[in-house]
Amino acid sequence: MNPAIWITLGKILVVFALTLGTVAYMTLAERKVSAIIQWRKGPNRVGIWGLLQPIADGLKFVFKEDYVPQTANKALHALAPMLTMAPALMTFAVVPFGSTLPIFGMEVKMIVADLSIGILFIFAIASLGVYGLAVGGWSSNNKYSLLGGLRSSAQMISYEISMGLSVIPIIMMSGTLMLTGIVDWQGNHLWFVITQPLSFLLFVISSFAETNRLPFDLPEAEPELVGGFHTEYSSMKFASFFLGEYANMITASALIVTLFFGGYHLPFIENLAFFENHGFLLGMLHVITFMAKTAVWLFIFIWVRWSLPRFRYDQLMGLGWKVLLPLSLVNILLYGIIILGFGLGGTS
Amino acid sequence: MISFLFYVFSALALASAVMVVTRKNPVSSALFLVLTFFSLAGIYVLMDAFFLAVVQVAVYAGAIMVLFLFVIMMLNLSPDELPPFMNRKIKWAASALAIVLTGSLLFLDLSRRLPASPGGELKGEVGAIGDLIFGKFLLPFELTAVLLLMAIVAAVIMARREIQ
Repeated sequence: MNPAIWITLGKILVVFALTLGTVAYMTLAERKVSAIIQWRKGPNRVGIWGLLQPIADGLKFVFKEDYVPQTANKALHALAPMLTMAPALMTFAVVPFGSTLPIFGMEVKMIVADLSIGILFIFAIASLGVYGLAVGGWSSNNKYSLLGGLRSSAQMISYEISMGLSVIPIIMMSGTLMLTGIVDWQGNHLWFVITQPLSFLLFVISSFAETNRLPFDLPEAEPELVGGFHTEYSSMKFASFFLGEYANMITASALIVTLFFGGYHLPFIENLAFFENHGFLLGMLHVITFMAKTAVWLFIFIWVRWSLPRFRYDQLMGLGWKVLLPLSLVNILLYGIIILGFGLGGTS
Repeated sequence: MISFLFYVFSALALASAVMVVTRKNPVSSALFLVLTFFSLAGIYVLMDAFFLAVVQVAVYAGAIMVLFLFVIMMLNLSPDELPPFMNRKIKWAASALAIVLTGSLLFLDLSRRLPASPGGELKGEVGAIGDLIFGKFLLPFELTAVLLLMAIVAAVIMARREIQ
């Protein structure tokens, strides 16, 4: 078979393993960071520093009873967790997690599929994530679940709009939809977080809403909805929702890094003369830089969750439609004028 | 490989389209419609129309069908409460229409009156589509935008309740 196919298969395996591994350890990180924030110790019984806790949790989920309510729609009830997990893991296919790495004399691109429409692919797949929540809420045949499902579909549709619009100035400036192109533009010029702070702010707020994290976790708001869309889920099905949320967080962090923080680029250090003769080390540096930046954003996601209170539902919708949407439209107009007026942007 | 995938996606699209009209549960119907849209997007990808495929998924599967589902779930229709829509007459009329549509498509295909795929002109690139939309087809494109705006305004007016 063509070696290119094997390389792609290998990359898919590595990305899957890394994402799922990170998801597992994000559950531990969430508990540890929340413990530090609340002046507690957190899980520390299983393994050193509780490092084996995710494995213990996983085993517990597998062996728990899988309870399905009698009045639930059985097929859809089982389908919903899959609908949450699959899109969350798929989006990572077009995120560049490094430049190129010379392996066995071949220059291997550190991205699974460098699509010409990369960023649109992400929005298309991300827009499917809502089905898992909505279907899960509806099929449970429970009013709290249904409310959670309805809230999630309304919330995600509302914030998808401002999320998509907030990225348009970036596309206008870099002149490409390819994520590698956007990353390289930032490597050659400036990071978009500096040149487009408003787009950055809009994108980050919308991605918090899209991942259903506090302060926007209304689909599952436990004090008012008893867990929301996943009230009637147990065992591995519940875990799938849980893991899907973390997978979404990883994708969102990786996207924020790719779009606004120069992706795998590390300014100044990567231009050192030393790296000109050490292609492999430069490739590794890029991969590690990308991972480190993503880790910082994952930490911020957790930090925000344990620091901010939840919005009220009407405030959430008001913020989405009356603040973020007009702001993102103004943002596009503003950068259109700037790009035209100063002759910035275009293909680099 | 590509023709094999084409048959897979076509079969999936046809099968799920049949499921859309045969399911009693409206939520299942809506989800099968999503699957239909998704298979169509797969066929677009095989024709190198990446942009069209992504828009198909983002707009139809991702946005419009979510709204459909939202409304269905809000009304929470159960199959028993639905009016007996599937009566004989409608079934016959629908079958007749389906046969007429299939027949005319077959006729067009066999007599080679269908235009060949644009291929080189579009090639799935966003820039090429943009050039066409904002150049050659500017007027129809803008007219569609006005039409959509009218529909939105109409929907808002119809949904608005007078405050007493």
